[in-house]
Amino acid sequence: MWKAAELFISFKGVFYVKGREMKMIASDAIIKSLEREGVDIIFGYSGAAVCPIYESLRRSGIKHILVRQEQSAAHNANGYARISGKAGVCIVTSGPGATNILTGIATAYMDSVPMVIITGQVGSKFIGKDVFQEIDTVGTTASFTKHNYLVKNAKDLPKIIKEAFYIARTGRPGPVLIDIPLDIQKQQIDFNYPTTIDIRGYRPVTVGHGRQIERAIKKIKESERPVVCAGGGVLLSDASKELREFIKKVNLPTVVTLMGIGSVETNSENYYGMVGSHGQGYANRIISQSDLIIAIGTRIADRSTISQSARDTAMIHIDIDAAEIGKNLDVDIPVVGDAKNILNVLIEKTEFTVSDEWLREVREIKDSYTQGEQDYKGMNPRRAIKFVSDITDDSVILIGDVGQNQMWCARNFEIRGDRRFLTSGGLGTMGCSLPISIGAKIGAPDRTVISVMGDGGLQMLISELGVVRENGLDIKIILFNNQRLGMVRELQEKQYGKGCIHGVVFEHSPDFVKIAEGFGLKGTRVISNEEFERVFKDSLNMDEAFFIEVTVDPDFSTI
Amino acid sequence: MNRHILSILVENQSGVLSKVSGLFTRRGYNIDSLSVGETESPDISRMTITLRRGEQDVEQIKKQLNKLIDVIKVIELKKEDSVCRELLLIKVKADIKTRADIIGISGIFKASIVDVGKESLILELTGASEKADAFIEILKPYGILECHRTGITALKRENS
Repeated sequence: MWKAAELFISFKGVFYVKGREMKMIASDAIIKSLEREGVDIIFGYSGAAVCPIYESLRRSGIKHILVRQEQSAAHNANGYARISGKAGVCIVTSGPGATNILTGIATAYMDSVPMVIITGQVGSKFIGKDVFQEIDTVGTTASFTKHNYLVKNAKDLPKIIKEAFYIARTGRPGPVLIDIPLDIQKQQIDFNYPTTIDIRGYRPVTVGHGRQIERAIKKIKESERPVVCAGGGVLLSDASKELREFIKKVNLPTVVTLMGIGSVETNSENYYGMVGSHGQGYANRIISQSDLIIAIGTRIADRSTISQSARDTAMIHIDIDAAEIGKNLDVDIPVVGDAKNILNVLIEKTEFTVSDEWLREVREIKDSYTQGEQDYKGMNPRRAIKFVSDITDDSVILIGDVGQNQMWCARNFEIRGDRRFLTSGGLGTMGCSLPISIGAKIGAPDRTVISVMGDGGLQMLISELGVVRENGLDIKIILFNNQRLGMVRELQEKQYGKGCIHGVVFEHSPDFVKIAEGFGLKGTRVISNEEFERVFKDSLNMDEAFFIEVTVDPDFSTI
Repeated sequence: MNRHILSILVENQSGVLSKVSGLFTRRGYNIDSLSVGETESPDISRMTITLRRGEQDVEQIKKQLNKLIDVIKVIELKKEDSVCRELLLIKVKADIKTRADIIGISGIFKASIVDVGKESLILELTGASEKADAFIEILKPYGILECHRTGITALKRENS
């Protein structure tokens, strides 16, 4: 039932109420639809083609975060979605607004993050005429959105928005884009938000097939050297608790992918590190020694190395996306469905434990790789991350950027409790850490949020420091500055020989602390671990953002 | 690599064709032929796509097609239990000396003559792709001026 007061305050555009339908301006209907979906925050950037939506937004109770570059809006929504479990929402304008946000959408798509993006479009009658700020947004984003819409009739808006949220959140989550021409936003429509949804081409499978699960259990029981490989899907399905219980019950050695970090506690007896080209050697070794891999919520990506080292190993693949099963590796037992559901069945139906012999073997493999950190005289970023990990609480969220800093984080940040590690695993988008951390902090204001970046990544979206300040967000920002693109430098030297580096050194770097101060943030520069530890510890006691620039030796290696 | 025929039911909306064909491009699969048209329900279109790939690739492309929200159903048609037809329009050089010959050949192939000009004929042939191939081959010596094939359209037989 509509309350009279609500009608009066929220909708200047309301003409009359007839039954459950209300006549209103489409832009109001858009905002009203978002409210119905439980949206209370939008990340965006205004522009000519979204003016009506922004006017409706202004009159609503939804908070708006004004980013400094549209790409960041999608990264904000990314961090927000992954931490809050809700779909993130962005609004940007047509043309350059849409093209700027592409990288952020692709980042979310590759990491299966639920998101709804609304883009303004030029007026319907101008589409295809190459008018000012026109771009084919739907065509451009087709290959990296889960679905997209170009709205042709204003009356379809509530249905489209309802569908968009449903598609974004369910099944394998992902970004859904709605492109809305300017004239459509201004039309009058009968607003009637649908309560049910029926998309005949979209029926995600969530419950695993009983027979397949039985076969999987039998296979695990019969195997001699099973190992679980957990991916980001476990976190997307909110199944960490179930995974931890399952591997404990069966005593299964478990490795994670980069995106799976966070699903298993690192101090767990069953935890055997991160696989992959930058993972722990013992994790990769265990995979290659195993006779059965139980892959859960991972697409067996090229960088995870399972795709190379496990060609002949038997495999159970649990994933909500049937297309991921068998895409990169042959699978013996496919189980399509939601990880949480399937793990619950596995917990219930498994009544055996893995052989002690195999457990002894994996422990030996791990021990043979564990060597003490080399004695390094200068500033050691790995030690810095270890320190961050040691002194922060069990609910801290660490966001790694892309490159060396990402791997320093991934390999040295311990998972305890419901800690989270966020990064751009699929697309590898430099610069995403700061805006993702903004979204994460907004999604979980009470948790400590730490953004780690390199100097290359920071300079890509450095202007977002303004958003941190503007919204009074308490984010601790750690910049590892080696004045170059460290990981690419390493790659070039590895491929072409020592000193063969090109296009990876910043001959001039700005004074980053001054920049942070210019944005109104406090910050300092440190050159030793002792100094870092003191400054970082102090920063945790502050209720505001703090920027720490750490000078790192340019030759310091990733691993 | 065998030829596979995919029959895809999609929402009859603008943009769907490019989403489907874009998927093939993005995943690196070549389409041999594609035909689209409305079905018995005006809101559903049927696309018939033929491609030459290994079994595993076809499995993957079917799964990827199924992920598209606008795709309602993907069926792989086996040649033996479906009816596959193609329409061919072909313009052949035909002067006083060759016209009778070509008309004779058309008769054998059950092709219709749909246009008669002073120097050419347009012939229309419907049938299996192999029949169209053979027809083109036979006409080649006379000089083919233009040729257009619709690509395969197919329906599954009742008893299969």
